[in-house]
Amino acid sequence: MSALATLTRASLSKDLRLEWRSKDAINSMLFFALLVVVIFSFSFDPTAEESRRIAGGLVWVAFLFAAVVALNQTWARELRNQVLDAYRVSPAPANALFLAKALGNFIFVIVLEAFMTPLFIVFYNLRALGAAYQLLIVSALGTWALVVNGTFFAAMSLRTRSREIMLPLLLFPISIPALLATVEGTTAILTGDYSPKFWIVLLAAYNVVFTTACLLLFDKVLNAE
Amino acid sequence: MLRRAFPILGVLTAALLSYGLYEALIGAPIEQSMGEVQRIFYYHAPSAWTAFLLFTVNFVASVVYLIRRSIKADILALVTAEVGVVFCTVVLVTGPLWARPVWGIWWTWDIRLTSTLVLWLIYVSYLMLRRFSSSGQTPLMAAVLAVFGALDVPLVYFSIWFFRTQHPQPVIGGGGSIDPKMLQVALINWAAFLCFAGLVSWSRYRLELLQREVEETEALEALLDSGGAP
Amino acid sequence: MNQSLHAAANPIIVIHDLVKQFGRFAALRGVSAEFVAGRLYAIVGENGAGKTTLLRSLAGLTQPTRGSISMLGTTDLRSVCRQLGYMAHPSLLYEEMGGMENLRYFARLYEIQDDERCARTISAVGLDPTLIRPVGQYSQGMRQRMSLARALIHDPKVLLLDEPFSNVDARSARQMTHLLTQLRDAGKTIFVVTHQASQLEHAADEFVHMEAGVIVRRTREWMTAEAP
Repeated sequence: MSALATLTRASLSKDLRLEWRSKDAINSMLFFALLVVVIFSFSFDPTAEESRRIAGGLVWVAFLFAAVVALNQTWARELRNQVLDAYRVSPAPANALFLAKALGNFIFVIVLEAFMTPLFIVFYNLRALGAAYQLLIVSALGTWALVVNGTFFAAMSLRTRSREIMLPLLLFPISIPALLATVEGTTAILTGDYSPKFWIVLLAAYNVVFTTACLLLFDKVLNAE
Repeated sequence: MLRRAFPILGVLTAALLSYGLYEALIGAPIEQSMGEVQRIFYYHAPSAWTAFLLFTVNFVASVVYLIRRSIKADILALVTAEVGVVFCTVVLVTGPLWARPVWGIWWTWDIRLTSTLVLWLIYVSYLMLRRFSSSGQTPLMAAVLAVFGALDVPLVYFSIWFFRTQHPQPVIGGGGSIDPKMLQVALINWAAFLCFAGLVSWSRYRLELLQREVEETEALEALLDSGGAP
Repeated sequence: MNQSLHAAANPIIVIHDLVKQFGRFAALRGVSAEFVAGRLYAIVGENGAGKTTLLRSLAGLTQPTRGSISMLGTTDLRSVCRQLGYMAHPSLLYEEMGGMENLRYFARLYEIQDDERCARTISAVGLDPTLIRPVGQYSQGMRQRMSLARALIHDPKVLLLDEPFSNVDARSARQMTHLLTQLRDAGKTIFVVTHQASQLEHAADEFVHMEAGVIVRRTREWMTAEAP
């Protein structure tokens, strides 16, 4: 158990360090995120009253697209010199690698969301009428839901043709309940019309179910030829 | 024995489909509020039941494959996914066709219809994975995806259910009780669809099995072939 | 002359009728062989002979279509993976990290957290442990040597090397060959897949010739006189 934790931490810190050094992916991602926000703002120009009702959906669709671009990069460094072979040959548990990648993606996407949110607030004059701290809970749960399956399906897509399109093709249908819950939860908090509690519970359930499934099945996917 | 069963099933299917069609269009009583249009229910509902049954078989076959790596389980999973998607498509097409004349709208986020849509999306992505996979272990990946899909189903259902309680909209197909004669006609059509699904699945299964046997034989030939060495 | 070799007692690797097919293409067509500990085996042959597939099968990276491999007494290759070191033509290293950094990370996969040991291994392959240049900027010879260090860090009993000398300068190749003989003398069993059999002429104990997915002969010397 502790070997898993140590290795996960080592892999995660390696990824974060490398990302920090090159800042390749994060810079292009941030710019992409900015573009998405601007384009959405041109496309939907609501009044302050309306905006609260639709902002939840808008914001999360924007996050979703930014997240997919990030997720497609998950294994890029490992692919370059067949590093995955070195991993497979070693006694290291596959789950350590998975968790490290999933956590790395989580941090990455949270950074993107943190960047995009103030922009959305500005463009849409948003102000939460409900309990704003709950937004953090919904964001964290919703992001993990996307990222855990996204990392898993990114590994699956490695063994397909048209790798980059396969990831969203596989991810989106399965993520629908999570997406719905995240959007509705966010809208509930922004409008203050009703409680987001059910959605938070649903997201938690979704996360438990799929994190378990990913951890149980990742080894098989990693070692598929 | 199996050889004889197939044409018998074919005849039975044809008979049931014809009978079902008659009953649906003529035999069944006219619905009180919706009129003749309601008859589409006899295709909409049984298609849904058939699709769900097929997807359940797919899930079981996928799990069997994960445990036993049985080729037959894999083929069964593939076949039920394909036929299931077809029936699912029927549900998604008949739904709006029914909704439009009756409620004036094409689509509502009706729980059954929406769940069916998501199920359809999941299984289409399943079929795409099978088609695009370049791995030697496609059956394994597909089985994993099927398990993910199955785990998703209850979550889909609950999320849409709650969404509907927050944003009430018309329910396609009506809740509540159903006239016994209508139920009977629906069940007849369901039996017909099940036979039809069985017939098509069986053919597809045999086709796929033969295809794989051919591939294996070719591979074996390539193995035994000296490969051009002097 | 051709001198076929009989396996001594206690072979540590036993391959029985190994078949590997990729769809219609049969990479291995029934390989059977026994290998003894403490030898350096050079696996030679033309492109497409099945050398890489054989090596990857030994490493557990490829599952056989039929047949079995027994290594160190077991057919469960995963259980003896600590005793295996694998090196391929791609470096299996992170380009963005320096040599020591790479090695530190890969040592962790084997639960080794010893900087001293990493430095020693890097020196053993003839590289400078203090070099911070990212591996992506190494020459091919340096990269292959660093990859060898990665394969050696956990002191495995069996080494599987796939084309280690490919595109490598003569000096690096000589250095690696010398290191391999030292490792062999220390008791390791080494398999080297190579096109450049001449490189191992004086180092290898045995040459395993492969053709069209089978082992056609095993010789003590590399016969340059014999036409392929």
